[in-house]
Amino acid sequence: MAFTLYSLIQAVILCVNAVAVLHEERFLSKIGWGVDQSIGGFGDEPGIKVQLMNLVRSVRTVMRVPLIAVNSVCIVLLLLFG
Amino acid sequence: MHLANLVSAHCARPATGVTMRQEHPYRPSPPKPRARAAPPAGDPLLFDDTSSAAPPMNSQGFYTPGYNMGGAPAGGPGGAGVNNLFADPMASAAMIYGSSLANQGKDIVNKEISRYVSVNKLKYFFAVDSKYVMKKLLLLMFPYTHQDWEVRYHRDTPLTPRHDVNAPDLYIPCKYVLLIGYISKMFSPEVLGLCASTALVWVVIEVLVMLLSLYLLTVHSDLSTFDLIAYSGYKYVGMIFTVLGGLLFGSDGYFVALAWSSCALMFFIVRSLKMKILSSLSHDSMGAGASAKPRLRLYITVATAAFQPIIIYWLTSHLVR
Repeated sequence: MAFTLYSLIQAVILCVNAVAVLHEERFLSKIGWGVDQSIGGFGDEPGIKVQLMNLVRSVRTVMRVPLIAVNSVCIVLLLLFG
Repeated sequence: MHLANLVSAHCARPATGVTMRQEHPYRPSPPKPRARAAPPAGDPLLFDDTSSAAPPMNSQGFYTPGYNMGGAPAGGPGGAGVNNLFADPMASAAMIYGSSLANQGKDIVNKEISRYVSVNKLKYFFAVDSKYVMKKLLLLMFPYTHQDWEVRYHRDTPLTPRHDVNAPDLYIPCKYVLLIGYISKMFSPEVLGLCASTALVWVVIEVLVMLLSLYLLTVHSDLSTFDLIAYSGYKYVGMIFTVLGGLLFGSDGYFVALAWSSCALMFFIVRSLKMKILSSLSHDSMGAGASAKPRLRLYITVATAAFQPIIIYWLTSHLVR
């Protein structure tokens, strides 16, 4: 399996896009991963599910705008160079 | 956290050209333009008064080391040109302006770099000496007799690798990555770039998976990103040993060396990470949730250790067949 740095970048962009596409109301709340369902645990150990939900929410908030730019650049490059 | 303290301490220090020059002995490239730019800034002020031949001779002697660092051809013709340059006030003013611009650019670059990569933390990983390197290599290949695995501290900051064999360092992984590149260049030049980028990709993947698992399990250890990169890089020593065994003794030698370095590396990783990951349990093991935590942390440590031989085999098997 020969990885180039470019394939790593592609994989990272695809994964971040996949996380960014998860809609808060329509999808995450329906399966119990919404923001309002994570406030429960106030102990010192939040648990894996709460950490994951926080991670998904943070990634969506932080990467929303940079993803627009990165995806546009990717689209242009793929159209030009195949 | 450590990282924030170190970054703020670094930014609080005055970042003048003189201070920076004395504190960066490991990076040869930044001091070169600085050594060339800084001395001429001082000299034109001396030469505006006199235009005789004697002071230009002194200036010659003063910053010739800077020019010698820059390259041999500047030595001869540069001498005559320098005299004319400093007799002309416009050119000397331009040189002062240029050097101040260079200093500004250098400060900006340093500030930007220290925003992303804490320079102090990086310097900590390269503060090694040859005695440490020898002991560490011995430890990587034969860790079974080492008794004390705790990283020693000195007033709340970790000791540099120079004083503490258990401290992680980035020097050995970098050196061995270069060595691997050199060896694979000797035998098959076209495969070099592919090998290097594949290895780099796997290091990145491994570090990201480790960071993700440590975050998800809320393990409050003091393992920074660079520590994880250092521990991931130690597998390259095992990889070199395995490839050498395979080249010298054929397929049998390859598997023997692979088995030996895998066991040694697994033992090393488990003992090193056990100190960092599992010992942070001592202050937060209370309540009912604590029963699942030690098991999960143990799983992380063992999974990291088990991943190393797999990746050594994956990356080197095609070199030996």
